[in-house]
Amino acid sequence: MTKYVIKRSLNYLVLLFVACSFAYLLAASFLNPYSVYFGRQPPVDPDVIESIMRECNLSNQVSLWERYTTWLTKIVTDWDWGCSPLQVSVNEQIGMRVWVSLRLVLIGTLGGVIIGVLVGAWTATRQYRIPDRVYTFLSLLIICTPSFVLGIMLQILATKANNALGVRVFEFVGEKGPMGDYPLAELVDRLQHLLLPTIVLILLTAASLSRVQRNLMLDSLGADYVRTARAKGLPKSKAVMKHALRTALIPTGTYVAFTVATMFVGATYTERVFSFPGMGQYGVDTILAMDVNGIVATTAFAGVCVVCGAILADIVVAILDPRVRLS
Amino acid sequence: MSADLLLSSPPVADSDDDGGTAVATRIGRSRLILRRFLRNKLAVFGSCGLLLLILMAIIGPLFTGWDFMEIDKRAFLKPPNSTHWLGTTRAGRDVLALTLHGMSRSLIIGFVAATLSALLSAVVGTASAYFGGWTERILLWITDLMLVIPNLLIIGVLMRGGVTGNLAWVMLAFMLGLFGWMTTGRVVRSLTLSLKNREYVLAAKYMGLPAWRIIIRHILPNISSLMVVNLTLGVGYAVLGETGLSFLGLGVQAPDTSLGTLIGEGASMATTYSWIFLTPSAVLVFLVFCITAMGDGIRDALDPSSQSGGVVGGKRKKANKSAKTTDALSSDGAYSGAVAAVEDNAPKEV
Repeated sequence: MTKYVIKRSLNYLVLLFVACSFAYLLAASFLNPYSVYFGRQPPVDPDVIESIMRECNLSNQVSLWERYTTWLTKIVTDWDWGCSPLQVSVNEQIGMRVWVSLRLVLIGTLGGVIIGVLVGAWTATRQYRIPDRVYTFLSLLIICTPSFVLGIMLQILATKANNALGVRVFEFVGEKGPMGDYPLAELVDRLQHLLLPTIVLILLTAASLSRVQRNLMLDSLGADYVRTARAKGLPKSKAVMKHALRTALIPTGTYVAFTVATMFVGATYTERVFSFPGMGQYGVDTILAMDVNGIVATTAFAGVCVVCGAILADIVVAILDPRVRLS
Repeated sequence: MSADLLLSSPPVADSDDDGGTAVATRIGRSRLILRRFLRNKLAVFGSCGLLLLILMAIIGPLFTGWDFMEIDKRAFLKPPNSTHWLGTTRAGRDVLALTLHGMSRSLIIGFVAATLSALLSAVVGTASAYFGGWTERILLWITDLMLVIPNLLIIGVLMRGGVTGNLAWVMLAFMLGLFGWMTTGRVVRSLTLSLKNREYVLAAKYMGLPAWRIIIRHILPNISSLMVVNLTLGVGYAVLGETGLSFLGLGVQAPDTSLGTLIGEGASMATTYSWIFLTPSAVLVFLVFCITAMGDGIRDALDPSSQSGGVVGGKRKKANKSAKTTDALSSDGAYSGAVAAVEDNAPKEV
């Protein structure tokens, strides 16, 4: 298995390199970082702009190939991913934002996975009864709702609730805000800010996962070995938990492995709506700010996440399912 | 049940003229599928809703009284009233007219992008499996590469640096199609792999038919059910992708508008002037819901192992486990359904 993982990782490494180079060449030829300085009051001296651009390796007077090799050499020798047209270091930004994203999505993703699996498995045992119909309909509705719509709907409701209560219980701008002067004030404040985006993430993850889990569970509930288990006298709950759910969890494992690995970059809209300066938001910001180096670094980061997810999914299925052999 | 009926029928090319027998009434495949589809209430609801929305997008603007570009200088940020039924935006544009125009934009983008990505996935999937060797390696490698690159970022970069103004939506539609075919392409490939060694494909090959003809005449018809389902659901994906990018300001640009652009405009003031946000959001959710419900319904109707359409002819057995509603947004679901569909199609070709 180690050999297999190494072989695949090497293959993915080449893939990542090509993807980053492609992104660099595309971004560098399509975007115009000079426009960041256009229309400034007082106007910036063109020579100053040019020297900044040269320093950041963004000058359009240097040939594209030369810029590309400079960019690559810096990464290989110093692990320096460059800076934005406004001279903000990309390394620094990503170092900060990864943790913001992690703090935001960790509870949401894990909570969503657990709730999704439980709801999916439970509704499968109640197929076509009223709770099943209700949950199936609700999850379909949530899947069809983009996260930004869901997030803003919650904000509207939260404002109404805040006004009705007369105190700001629900917060929805940024990671933290002005806080009171009592013990654990910071923790309470952070939790207040986390509440709404976490609800969004839980709803979205749980909705899609419960549909997957319900289908898997339906297949395994009808399997012969579950009938055999019942026939030999096992109580229904035991047959469902030990025989049906266990096998139905194997494909979910791969799905979860992939979700967990990509969760850093998967919450772009939630981060945007709730003003969390995380990785997803960074990707959009860099495009809007014509930040070529930032875009490529985000691409690389997202690519690493996807690749890790794919490898992790392979490993998880090999561990969970004894029939699968990696070779 | 119904699958058995179909398979036991004589393998004739035109299945519509199956006669009735003493045991059970036989019906043609297309009528069977239609009947199954119509029994699924949610799917029928979805298709009616979608039809209604398309109709509204076409003839709706005639009745609103306002053009979506028109600016009413006496009504900035007005809530719904008798002159502006759904209120106005900050610039004094009518929200109803904007929503109708945005909906038609989103729909067109969705259809164009979904068609393009369906075509691409069919070409790449069948070609890589049928030719094998280096063609397969290169095509698979490109597929993997495009899966690793975050599509949202790349489309954003291209939109930011590319066409701006009123033709931006054409570019966006093509981009969404160009970056949306990979998962379906892989499914098509694995289906083609299972088909390419069938007797009728080999026979055609030894008769000297060129490869593209074999693909079009003998392989594509067998994966058509997968393609139909993916085309339908692909419209939903593309609409979501379009609205997302436009919401971020990287898609359709003002003064042109789409549902995403409009939602983005309303988002910043949603807590105080909620009508600008609520109308396009409701339309968007309803639109995607209709498309997904319809796609699910088509898949269940095409899947021979599904009993969602009830049992044809003989006695009504209580449908149990196999009448599952397969997951709309998971490609694995599409895959298993399609494999079954292929098995069902096969006898027709012999």
